[in-house]
Amino acid sequence: MPIWILRDFSKCSSCKLCEIVCSLKHENMVWPEAARIRIYEIIPGLPVISLCVQCDDYPCVSSCPFQALSVGEHGEVLVDKEKCTMCGACVTACPGNIPRILPGKQGVIICNLCNGEPECVKVCSEMGYHALQLVSKPEGGVVKNYLVKPEEASTKLLVKMMGEAE
Amino acid sequence: MKGFWGRLLEVDLATGAAHVLEIPEKAYRMFLGGRGLATYLLAKKYGEKWRLLDPLSPENPLMLLTGPLTGYYPGVKLSVTGKSPQSNSVVGSVVSSEVAVELKASGFDGLVLKGGCEKPCYIYVENGRVHLRDASDIWGLGGLKLIKKFHSLLKEDVNGEPGTPFVYIGPAGENRVRTAAVMSKLAHAAGYGGYGAVMGVKKVKAIAVKGYGSLPSIYDPESLSSLFRSTLRNVRERMKRFRQWGTTEGTWYTGYYLSSMPVRNWQEEWHDVKNFSHVGFELETWVKNPWADWGCPVACMKLSLVKREGEVYVTDNPDYEMAAYLGSNLGVFNPKETVLLSSLADELGLCGIQTGNVMGFAIELYEKGVLTRDEVGYELKWGDVECLARLMRDIAYRRGIGEVLAEGTYRAARILSEQKGVDLTRYAVQVKGIAVGAHGVRSRRDYPQPISYALSAQGGDHTSVAGFPVDSTESETWYAILDSGVVCMFTVLDDKGLLEYLNIITGWGLNLNEFYSIGRRIITLQRLLLSLGGPDAEWGVKDDDNPPRFYEPLPTGPYRGSSIGRDEVEELKKKYYAEIGWDERGIPTEETLRALGLGEFAPLLNQVRE
Ligand code: SF4
Repeated sequence: MPIWILRDFSKCSSCKLCEIVCSLKHENMVWPEAARIRIYEIIPGLPVISLCVQCDDYPCVSSCPFQALSVGEHGEVLVDKEKCTMCGACVTACPGNIPRILPGKQGVIICNLCNGEPECVKVCSEMGYHALQLVSKPEGGVVKNYLVKPEEASTKLLVKMMGEAE
Repeated sequence: MKGFWGRLLEVDLATGAAHVLEIPEKAYRMFLGGRGLATYLLAKKYGEKWRLLDPLSPENPLMLLTGPLTGYYPGVKLSVTGKSPQSNSVVGSVVSSEVAVELKASGFDGLVLKGGCEKPCYIYVENGRVHLRDASDIWGLGGLKLIKKFHSLLKEDVNGEPGTPFVYIGPAGENRVRTAAVMSKLAHAAGYGGYGAVMGVKKVKAIAVKGYGSLPSIYDPESLSSLFRSTLRNVRERMKRFRQWGTTEGTWYTGYYLSSMPVRNWQEEWHDVKNFSHVGFELETWVKNPWADWGCPVACMKLSLVKREGEVYVTDNPDYEMAAYLGSNLGVFNPKETVLLSSLADELGLCGIQTGNVMGFAIELYEKGVLTRDEVGYELKWGDVECLARLMRDIAYRRGIGEVLAEGTYRAARILSEQKGVDLTRYAVQVKGIAVGAHGVRSRRDYPQPISYALSAQGGDHTSVAGFPVDSTESETWYAILDSGVVCMFTVLDDKGLLEYLNIITGWGLNLNEFYSIGRRIITLQRLLLSLGGPDAEWGVKDDDNPPRFYEPLPTGPYRGSSIGRDEVEELKKKYYAEIGWDERGIPTEETLRALGLGEFAPLLNQVRE
């Protein structure tokens, strides 16, 4: 059964512990840029949570000319590091610009849901923030609506907080 | 080397050229990083010429440093140092900023700015590559306006990533106000030290950093992962109240219960206004709770918002220090007005503690008839938010009476005493050029001890207080370690735990004794530079004292009549000098310097003893 990480902008404290534990788990290092989840705190205190939404049609997977990407049992995108040439086709195909390519690191970086038990969700709830929660993947195409541009989303959150137009 | 890179990036602002400063592992072992490393590098570079170095000249380097614990230990701080235009020594100021993490992710332990720019500029460091750019479009701005505009500028100008962290100055820094802070993330300030003015002198408006690499490798990564998680859990458990209330809890607790909060320029230290508490702030101003910085399990911040006459004011809680200094110390006992003043201080880029202190000083002088309406141009009244906002702006722009007050409490008191021909220093609640933090000593209920400020290497800094036992978390040796390992004091549980962390990162295998020796070493070297001082301020043994006000008995509250005694302070002073290895004039002995591995600085003693 596909699972999904539910994200709540208003509960997110912008602590970025999700980024830290993600890189510790996958890279054995504190390496914020290599985190599969990113927190964009453009306006201080009003963070935007950004990670793979597992599109129903997986445009990244079909765009890869080397068949390096596939869909796993939880609905996650799996990267075959051997096959990946880091050509960037998936980055272009992704409607949210989510996959990351980092110099000095083999294979494109996409969230793989930690084999069904995402570290980010664990730390976020252990710390009592509860901005990330694990749910079964919602239907009806809504997941793509979460592909918001951090700059635009930040501005909207600010306007909402100020209670008026910019 | 584990836990750090062993190099700093030095930028010459006159040319934009960058070069790498190699730092040997021994220097880190002796000084950790941050405050300690900066003190060492400055003492080494300037030595005998320290007295001549004008903190408000472009020559004074501005250092943004990390430490071995930065980025690995929960929570984040960036160390901001140089020669302080307040104390004329090195003040280790810290500010919560992800710039610290980005620097480490760029392959550097810190950034050093030398010289100055001709025209306003900003710096963008991408993976260690330095871009020096025109900042005329953002010069003059502060607060949210600056943050929004700078993000779009970064995008257009250098294709910066959304959310790239940066530190900046507001108008106060641009105008070289001595109480100007280096700002971060709207409401954070490296306030003590006055480094906003140092940045202003250099004409550097903002410093943005982006690194794509990992943090430096560490000695024992397996242990770190589990220690990181257990530390998070323990800190979270211990700091639950902080999550809900932040330090704003002190607005009531420190004021009503401990009688240690500045009220009307410290004429009193007690209040019983029930709504002037975290509960009042929560009900009237908090629009988001909690808010945290990088890697923080505590989240002591909340977003506050108030509206007044069509203007929107946004800031954090404000924290206790701001509630005290921009609230009770100015006779304001109202959450909304305190948020307004806090937000204004943020926008102007002022250290709220020291600006609130000098404003309180000015209002008391007005009350006593020393300052007149003619001189000021308007009436100064406790609790009148209109005049307070006006005064704060005048300080930031150095207008009218603001020109003198922009020099900070110590210097303003000196200037005004001379002008008026009376001694006004008795109303100046500061120690060695640095306004005293919002924790009094007279009721003896709060954490500072009677000599905490008098003997601190950072004067009135409430985040670096001296005390007994000398080698303990009660004393300045500990605070020096925190500011040099560069961690947040609110995420650290105890010394042993922090030492274990340091050993896992560096592999140094230090014991607790050696750990505290690092603190002693840093304090002693800071003390040496403090004793040198110059060019416009020098400190002697007589300056190892409390502000005169602390010897006046408390006039109100349950601790009415309580104060500290001069004899008591003298005795404790002697005891402290003896225990830390300074002579009867408070000058570190040659023996002490050698024992701490600071023998190379012994020749400076001749100058100090003069
Ligand atoms: S761990 Fe949770 S609260 Fe912290 S930044 Fe990530 S999503 Fe936000």
